[in-house]
Amino acid sequence: MSQVVLQTDALDKSFTLHLQGGVRIPVLAGVGLDLQASECVVLSGPSGVGKSTLMRSLYGNYRAEAGRILIRHHGAMVDLANANPRTILAIRHETLGYVSQFLRVVPRVPALDVVAEVLIGRGASQEAARQAATDLLLRLNIPRRLHGLPPATFSGGEQQRVNLARGFIGRHPVLLLDEPTASLDAENRSVVVAMINEAKRSGIAIIAICHDTDVRDAIADRLFPLMPLQDAA
Amino acid sequence: MKGYNFAYLDEQTKRMIRRALLKAVAIPGHQVPFGSREMPLPYGWGTGGIQVTASVLGAGDVLKVIDQGADDTTNAVSIRRFFARTAGVRTTTRTADATLIQTRHRIPEKTLRDDQIIVYQVPQPEPLFRLEPSRVETRRMHGLADYGLMHVKLYEDIARFGQISISYDYPVMVNRRHLMSPSPIPAFDNPKMHRMPALQLFGAGREKRIYAIPPWTEVRSLDFDDHPFRAINAARPCGLCGATDAYLDEVVTDDRGGRLFVCSDTDHCAERRAAGHVGEEGLKEAAE
Amino acid sequence: MTDDTLLSARGLSLSFGANDALVGVDVDLWPGEMLAVVGESGSGKTTLLNVLSGRLVPDAGAVWYRDPAGKLHDVHAMPAPELRTLHRSDWGFVHQDPKQNLRMNVTAGGNVGERLMAQGARHYGNIREQAIDWLHQVEIDANRVDDLPRTFSGGMLQRLQIARTLVTHPRLVFMDEPTGSLDVSVQARLLDLIRTLVTRLKIAAVLVTHDIGVARLLAHRIMVMQRGRVVETGLTDQVLDDPQHPYTQLLVSSVLQA
Repeated sequence: MSQVVLQTDALDKSFTLHLQGGVRIPVLAGVGLDLQASECVVLSGPSGVGKSTLMRSLYGNYRAEAGRILIRHHGAMVDLANANPRTILAIRHETLGYVSQFLRVVPRVPALDVVAEVLIGRGASQEAARQAATDLLLRLNIPRRLHGLPPATFSGGEQQRVNLARGFIGRHPVLLLDEPTASLDAENRSVVVAMINEAKRSGIAIIAICHDTDVRDAIADRLFPLMPLQDAA
Repeated sequence: MKGYNFAYLDEQTKRMIRRALLKAVAIPGHQVPFGSREMPLPYGWGTGGIQVTASVLGAGDVLKVIDQGADDTTNAVSIRRFFARTAGVRTTTRTADATLIQTRHRIPEKTLRDDQIIVYQVPQPEPLFRLEPSRVETRRMHGLADYGLMHVKLYEDIARFGQISISYDYPVMVNRRHLMSPSPIPAFDNPKMHRMPALQLFGAGREKRIYAIPPWTEVRSLDFDDHPFRAINAARPCGLCGATDAYLDEVVTDDRGGRLFVCSDTDHCAERRAAGHVGEEGLKEAAE
Repeated sequence: MTDDTLLSARGLSLSFGANDALVGVDVDLWPGEMLAVVGESGSGKTTLLNVLSGRLVPDAGAVWYRDPAGKLHDVHAMPAPELRTLHRSDWGFVHQDPKQNLRMNVTAGGNVGERLMAQGARHYGNIREQAIDWLHQVEIDANRVDDLPRTFSGGMLQRLQIARTLVTHPRLVFMDEPTGSLDVSVQARLLDLIRTLVTRLKIAAVLVTHDIGVARLLAHRIMVMQRGRVVETGLTDQVLDDPQHPYTQLLVSSVLQA
């Protein structure tokens, strides 16, 4: 019997654009999602319905307007929607991982260290962290000669694979994936699918956004559909 | 001498200077401002030392005045005569007989006693003068005992020259609290200041500052643990008396590079020769 | 005032004549955390930094600092010697113009070693060794240790200032536009250095910057100021990606993407 690791409760999210005369755009209303260990839930719905918004809200990147986002952190359910910044950072550090659609590059840091930093931040030795990072990058078909280079000059697909390596290496119990295979070729898509399934088997719970139906079928245990809301005037 | 008060200064001025001296003695190494008077010689010729001497001199004192260790240079002679005429006190060239010694740029070789006073002539009382031009800032540094800058200077010397390059006016820490300029005495003389039995008074006329070191006070020359202070001297004995532990002056004897090293402290040298010590030069003379 | 905070301020207000530089500002900073204070000119961010570090006295409000022993100190009630000691040991201040915090006629090694000597370090060899180690950490070639800062580039001067500031392992560093006076190509290197050092040494910092990109890269939390008031504060990526206050939305939308 798998335990619930993430649960939202009446989650609302809207945006108020003050620069456009204060127009309010509601995106999420009363979202109730739950996620168990070892399962992969794929968010579904038409483009622009709020899948990315929901994912970013779960990560604390967007501020929830109302409702709760409960996540199992150190054994207890913590409400991320109303937590203070330090708690959110602690949750992100140990419990909740996120692979965004695009890699945000930090200038000058080599790809290897972008990935290794996650483990070093947890106290691993630089050597061990770099070894693990090397292995993962190689698995994602990033050749050794690129490991020492900052990802800014990589192709979109290469950058996304560095992003994925960074997301997976931490082995966070809950992982959010936004279009993990979007810019990848067939071979790398199957590597990522294998990684996702491996993660699930090790107990990790995943929420993903995925437009590629083949990949979605390969990873999803169930779908969570989102409905578009009416625009407020 | 008619028309002049005892030791030239009026009693009110002496009182003001004595107050400054008491304050200085109470805070060893701390510079006390005072109302420096017009003296019958220009700034730079020892007016500060003269004012301090004039304020502490009594009728029963025996005064010795030296300049670079010698009793017989023009300045020493002038100042000694000045006090002889304005105070009528006994004067001497013998350190052992003096009760009050005024000095420019040297400390006598003979260890002073606890019934003696030594008065130093000081050109620049502020030890941080060259490192920090702002007097407001140096006063704050002294007030807060914030002397990192001086150690930086010593560090720079070692980095640049391999050793601390200060050979005179070597900064000292008095009573573990105040950084002080000992006046331009050679670094060789610094150790004499440490726990000296005599009272040490310092007067800077142009800069209008007085400071003091009470008897038996701890005085340490600044250094690093791995670059300790060393009192450096010419590595040879006095040519006249053979002394090996006295500070030497180098005297040019002819135009063919001839040099003679002799004790800077003339009384010390005379005393040794009177006791029968002879240096190389003396031996050469005797042989001729 | 929460138990854990390293530095806290409540109700800070300061006016310069008719100009309200600070109006009712509250700040909290936890150990090991980097807080960015952003705003345009006239927002009061530099004034805030100066008040927090004790360099300016506020008209109202107070700033408290928790020392390593856990004891609270009112920064503006401290005697001057104590504050000065604090600035030389537990605290650091990185200026926009590195020349303000360096002795230009003292060697690089002397500049870095000064704080150690001010704290009583008396072994030349050790001081020099630590200075060389720090030059290495800020990516200045070790054989520049005896060179004068006059010969250094702007980026090197800033890195030297950082070495000089961090040599005593301060727990709290105030930074005023540390990359402000540098060419863009040099900024990246410096930001990376700051990021690495602050994380590794677990230094808490208050970073004033007008550059949102710098805040995003370096800070855990961000405070947005407008005309002396704090309009929004929170997790950096949240405030920048989901700004709530109209002024924050304006700031964020004004940033040009390279």
